[in-house]
This record gives sequence, structure tokens and C-alpha cells, in this order.
Amino acid sequence: MSKILVIAEHLDGTLNPSTARAVSAAAAVKPESIDVLVLAAYTGALATEAAKIEGVNRVLTVERAENAHPLAAVLAPQVARAAAGYSHVFAPSTTFGKDVMPRVAALLGVAQVSDVMSVEGTHTFKRPIYAGNAIVTVEAEPTHTVVATVRTASWPAAASGDNNAPIEALSLDVALPAHTRYVGLQSGKSDRPDLQSAGKVVSGGRGVGSKENFDIIFKLADKLGAAVGASRAAVDAGYVPSDLQVGQTGKIIAPELYMAIGISGAIQHLTGIKDAGTIVAINKDSEAPIFEVADFGLVGDLFKLIPELEQALD
Amino acid sequence: MKILVGYKRVVDYNVRIQVKPDGTGVVTDGVKLSANPFDDIALEEALRLREKGLAEEVVVVGIGPADLTAHLRNGLAMGANRAIHVSTADAVQPLTAARVLQKLVEKEQPGLVILGKQAIDDDANQTGQMLAALWDRPQATFASKVEIADGKATVTREVDAGLETIEVELPAVVTTDLRLNEPRFIKLPDIMKAKSKPIDVVELASLGVDSGDHLKTTHYAAPPKRSKGVMVKDAAELVAALRQKGLL
Repeated sequence: MSKILVIAEHLDGTLNPSTARAVSAAAAVKPESIDVLVLAAYTGALATEAAKIEGVNRVLTVERAENAHPLAAVLAPQVARAAAGYSHVFAPSTTFGKDVMPRVAALLGVAQVSDVMSVEGTHTFKRPIYAGNAIVTVEAEPTHTVVATVRTASWPAAASGDNNAPIEALSLDVALPAHTRYVGLQSGKSDRPDLQSAGKVVSGGRGVGSKENFDIIFKLADKLGAAVGASRAAVDAGYVPSDLQVGQTGKIIAPELYMAIGISGAIQHLTGIKDAGTIVAINKDSEAPIFEVADFGLVGDLFKLIPELEQALD
Repeated sequence: MKILVGYKRVVDYNVRIQVKPDGTGVVTDGVKLSANPFDDIALEEALRLREKGLAEEVVVVGIGPADLTAHLRNGLAMGANRAIHVSTADAVQPLTAARVLQKLVEKEQPGLVILGKQAIDDDANQTGQMLAALWDRPQATFASKVEIADGKATVTREVDAGLETIEVELPAVVTTDLRLNEPRFIKLPDIMKAKSKPIDVVELASLGVDSGDHLKTTHYAAPPKRSKGVMVKDAAELVAALRQKGLL
């Protein structure tokens, strides 16, 4: 029977919703048990939060000062040690999981399955390649621990609230390297909803034209209670910071409503929004590829249409 | 300092990928192949470090069949000093690639290994992290800025929460993100010059590497298509349509 260890992702003392999505993917394997591993300097509140996630059997904590920041070189040896006795180790396919998990897999001498979209069997998964233009079915070696990252946009967050899983402190006798040091995080933190978990997202592209003009996107997003995203072109041009990039090499998201404004719709961008519920495209070029995937398309000048849209919302 | 750069050849990013009707793979016959864009960025970064006097030699490494030579020549034309061609007829998975690179690292003793964060064919995003683990050295993934001084690299990383900065002791593995730099174009005289630069060919089988190709791909499918929706005539109609769907 399968026993799955899910690695919790967290920031500033709060569990990232991606953790509950990874738990959903773990549940799809129909395992005997799902344990969540919390590595942090202070695990208290994080563990309590993780214990509430539906389907979690136990929360294991490793509390060490070295775990204050998510450094892969520090976390991976602990995860690899904690993985003993588990058939699967899952983490969200966020920059956190992408950084840590291959290091874990290599320490265990096993392959990693990246970006699990669906579970077809205990060792069989579907995942995207070529920017999502092909979906492959892969079989992991049945005698190996399955190390996998979970494509969060493919999985709903497991419900939270009713569960009360036991919390156990784990003591791992692992020497940690001192060759990697955390310096700082420059975060584009705002009061807006988080791009990766927001129900509504308004994104701007090259068509927005400048950093100053991007205010029109922020304003519309605020009116809708939406998160803000951007195409690679808009990030490259310096209109917005890189953490807003949606697409193959940025964030893969699945909001209920996605509004692409002044975005032409390169394949690399579309791969980031394939799972959106409803896509709206506003673009002055009626031939833009974004209209091929949009549920609602509106052709015209965004600087004229957005104010009209805001008016219609009132 | 010597810098080792991974230089993979992939289907060009402009090619529209077609899945074979029988589900055995994607169509690659007659399709344009190019350097993995992230690897061009890796090579560019290495060349800039050399130009700043922080490195003496830049070595590009490719793993693949006999005709990979032409691709490696491009890396040499861009400015690498020499190339290592690890020859194999088979496509290798990330763990095998990392084990191969580890063997080369043992021999070459580079101060820095720069790899693309992911290859745009398998989108695995694993090799750099795996190499760092096997080598027991630091990793700085998804780099958008690299500064080298006093035997350390200070690396700014593009993470979901913003820009994270870490400091790693060298030797280390760095993987590149898109905004680290803009790779230079290859000029004609450089192509001529590259012809005389050395390419060492090493048989993969001779390296004594255990295969890490543990994943079996059993089927390829085209992704489910989103169907084209409707065009609305103005903002009011759009808002009405979204309200009707309960989205506003």
C-alpha cells in the first residue's frame, strides 16, 4: 500500500495553499496514509494549519533554526531522510518544490516526475511537456520511491477545517551544509489577492505600453477584487516585476475568470492559463491568437474599453 | 576559474509541436532544432564572467548523437573555448544527465556550472538541482542576477514570492532564468573561428554512469483543446455575459 509524504510550503508563518493542492494529488493515489512534513524554524502554527487539511493522517515537524528559509541544499537532506518508509514524496510544483524536490530525488537516486496533472495509478501519471503542447503518460519504477511535483493548477485545494491530525516532532540526525546562505527576499507584496490562488485574474501584456499605463490594469483588478498577472513581454519590458509572469516559465494558474488585456497569446503564455474557467480577451488585433482560446473576445483599444468596462460594472 | 555550461539541443521554441497520431511521440522529423533558450542564457552569462576577468575558460557540454557536433559548434561560435560532446544515440533523462555532468565535473574541476533552469522540450527543471545534490555543492536556481566575488556567488533568484537573494560558496551550480541576460548573436567570423576550436568526444558508455532513466513514457497525447468562444461587441455586452455566468 502507498504511504505518501507531502512537503509543506510556507512563507512568513503561513501555509501556502499549494500544500493543500499537493494533498489532493496525494489523495488521488488512494494511499493508506498521507503525512505532511513541515520544516521550519517555528512549526507551531504551520503544523496546526496543516493538521486541519482533509485527508491528512499525521503532521510531522522538524524545527531547526536552519529551516527559517527555504534553502534547497538545507531542506533536501532532511526530506530525503524523512522519506524513509514512504512510497511517494510529493511537493507542489511551485518555485519552492521545483528547487527542493530534484535535489531530494538525486539524494535518493531516483527519477522525479515533474508537474503531475493526473494520477492514473500508484506509479502512473500524466504530465505536460513542450509547454503543455503534449501530455505524456509516464510510469515510475515500481521499486523506487516516487518523487513528484504537483502541477497546482490541475488540483483543487483539499478542504480544510474539520480534520485534526496528530502532530509529531521528528528528530532527524542530518548534518546540514553551511555553504548556502539566505540574504533576503524582495517581495512585491500587496493587499491584492495572490496570483496563484486567486479566483479572478486580470493580466496585461505588451499592448499596455508602459509601466505607468499598467495602472489601468491594477485599477480594473482592484475593482473586480482580482489578482494581477502579466505576459512575459510585459515583464521583460519592465512594466511589472517578474513574480507576476504567467506562462510556461512563470506561473501556471487556474482562476475561474482570466482577463487577458493587450496580450497577443503566445503559446508560452497560453500554457499558463489552460485551466482557467473562463477566459476573456481584449485586444486591438482581431487576429491575435488569444482569441482562439478566449470564451469572450472584445476587439478594440484597451484604453477606451477598460473605462467603459468599469462604467458597465457600476 | 573554469565554467562548465550545459548546452542542450531542443526543438526550436517557434515550432508548433504535433503529437504523432499513434501516440508514440511528437513529430521531430524535419523540424528545426536550436539551442535550449535557457542554455543560451547560461552560455552568455559564462562568457560575460570571462570577459570581466572572473573566469579563464568556458566549456560547453552536450549529450546526444553524432550530429550534435554542429550544435556544439554554435556554442563555440558564440564564444566558448572548447566543447565536450558526450556521445549517445539515446535521449537521456535528467538524473542520467546529472550523473554525466558529475563525472565531467570531477575531471574538469570547474568553479561554476551554469545550466538552463529547464529544457523547453521535457520541461523537467531538474538537472541542475540533481547535479548539485550529487556533487554535494550549493545550488542557486532560477537566477536573474549573478555576482561573483571572494569565492562566493551572490545570486538573485526569481521565486513565486518575488526576488530572493542567496549567497553560495563556490564551486556551485547556477540555473538560469529568462531575465539573467540577453544572449548575443553569433557573427559570421566567429563561425569560422569556431571551426578550429576543440570538441572532445566522450562515449557516454565509457563514463561508467548508472542510467537514471527510470521513467517510462507510455503514451503521448495532444492536450485537450479549448474551443473558440464568442466575440462580444462592447464592454456592456461583456459585463452582461460575465454576470450571466455568475463570474461578476
